[in-house]
Amino acid sequence: MIHAIAQAAAVLATALFIFSLHWMNDPKTARRGVVAGVTGMVIAVGATWIQPEIVHHGWIGLAIVAGFIVGVPLSLVPLTAVPQRTALSHAFGGLAAGLVGTAEYVVGLTENPAQLTTFRTSAIVAEVILGFLTFTGSLMAAGKLQEVKWIPQRPVTYPGQNVVNIGVLALAAALGVLVVLHPTAAWSGQAFYAIVGLAVLFGVLLIIPIGGADMPTVISILNSYAGLSAVAMGFVLDNKLLVTAGALDGSSGLILSIIMCRAMNRSFTNVLFGAFGTVQKTAAIAEQKAWKQETVEGAAQLLEQANLVVVIPGYGMAVAQAQHKVRELYDQLTKRGITVKFAIHPVAGRMPGHMNVLLAEANIPYTALVEMEEINPDMPQCDVALVIGANDVVNPAARYAKGSPIYGMPIIDADKAKTVLAIKRSKNPGFAGIDNELYVQDNTWMLFGDAKAVIGDLVKQLAGGSGLH
Amino acid sequence: MTDYWSMVFVFVLATFIGLGVIRRVSRLLYTPLMSLTNAISAIAVVGSIVVAGADYPTTIRLIGAVALFASMTNIVSGFLITDRMLKMFKKQ
Repeated sequence: MIHAIAQAAAVLATALFIFSLHWMNDPKTARRGVVAGVTGMVIAVGATWIQPEIVHHGWIGLAIVAGFIVGVPLSLVPLTAVPQRTALSHAFGGLAAGLVGTAEYVVGLTENPAQLTTFRTSAIVAEVILGFLTFTGSLMAAGKLQEVKWIPQRPVTYPGQNVVNIGVLALAAALGVLVVLHPTAAWSGQAFYAIVGLAVLFGVLLIIPIGGADMPTVISILNSYAGLSAVAMGFVLDNKLLVTAGALDGSSGLILSIIMCRAMNRSFTNVLFGAFGTVQKTAAIAEQKAWKQETVEGAAQLLEQANLVVVIPGYGMAVAQAQHKVRELYDQLTKRGITVKFAIHPVAGRMPGHMNVLLAEANIPYTALVEMEEINPDMPQCDVALVIGANDVVNPAARYAKGSPIYGMPIIDADKAKTVLAIKRSKNPGFAGIDNELYVQDNTWMLFGDAKAVIGDLVKQLAGGSGLH
Repeated sequence: MTDYWSMVFVFVLATFIGLGVIRRVSRLLYTPLMSLTNAISAIAVVGSIVVAGADYPTTIRLIGAVALFASMTNIVSGFLITDRMLKMFKKQ
């Protein structure tokens, strides 16, 4: 009877999870999705906890309380820190899978060798490799995003790096095969811990060569791994609910990875083994032409005279926390009857959808946020393209410069606008380390400085000047 | 003896459902989508509950409790931050 309750709860939770994701297809229904997800989770946890084989309750209660104590503050981080939080949550997911896999193997080894069938041991090995590599890989990604001091921000590469990385993974897999074939041999325990160690190492090695511009893709791939490790755990524990939920998470990560890769015109292998932005010292275009700097007054005037302004935000807007000032600018311009749209590149920022969330936080209506493919046909009609801390996603070199690492990447056609205003913190190249000729174009005017300060000045100018120049 | 093939079956079907559903998710919501799927996949908590609560040696249960804590953190922070972000998406 009580077992049937668990089965029924699992079916119900599965249905609720699918509805939860289904409702994410529209911002209007999305919050319903959270309610469905929470309901499914509570049902599943409750039904598991009341099962007769659960005889010790103290630690369960304690761990749940601890989860709340850590989880609540983690949900209150500033939205600019959401990429780090997401990476950290992938790390937790991987850790949970890795630990459960380890526990299951040790139980099998010491108490019940009959449990270590070929299928189950294979699942355990897969779970542990995926779990622990996701754990350390995501921790590294979170550290890079948080700009922790002892983790290098720039990609770290060395000769033979890919050989080392693949070698480590291949060794772990080979040991895995041995453990599957001889799950209870005298040396199997040691071999198993060696697999754990290699997976931990591989996670670190995998992320070291990856730069910030690749983070949206890498976070998506790690998301996929975290889901797959949950699937493997489902196989180990013979739990269909786990397999389903893990598969939903895995496919979500997969789709996002594909979208991110397409948005950069790169393949998975190229992202993971390509070490973006390291050596490409192509012809320095910027040296041939000089920047043209514009004053705040001049820029405000340009904006005032426009009919259509397209704002192109990038990671620089997030770093400067400029989204609220951008909202004030939006208000100033829309008040004058100027149409303002926001052009969102899929890989702008450090994770999928990063810009949308920041702009939504600043109360900019989501109807003003336009995808790259939709805005590009309108760019020639755009009077002012205002680039805020975006770089690679507006670099025209992506169209033709074959040697450039961003060659072939779809971009927002900022250069086709009648005038371009670009706000940039410094005169250094962007994260990918590539010069951007957009900035030296004839119709481009630069505004150097912190995005928040510059936009604040623009707003002041527009508010004070009230259009009477 | 577990029917492993039925598990593989479930996995394949769930992946197809996942691909179908996720493909239709609004592009505006990719960040909350990631935190939501992350919270949902923390359903791995049911596995940790078994390891932490069944009649296993203390070390094993301790490992289970740590895993349970990790999953629980994802559930709590994942659902809360998803809702926090979704609240911000307004039409006007």
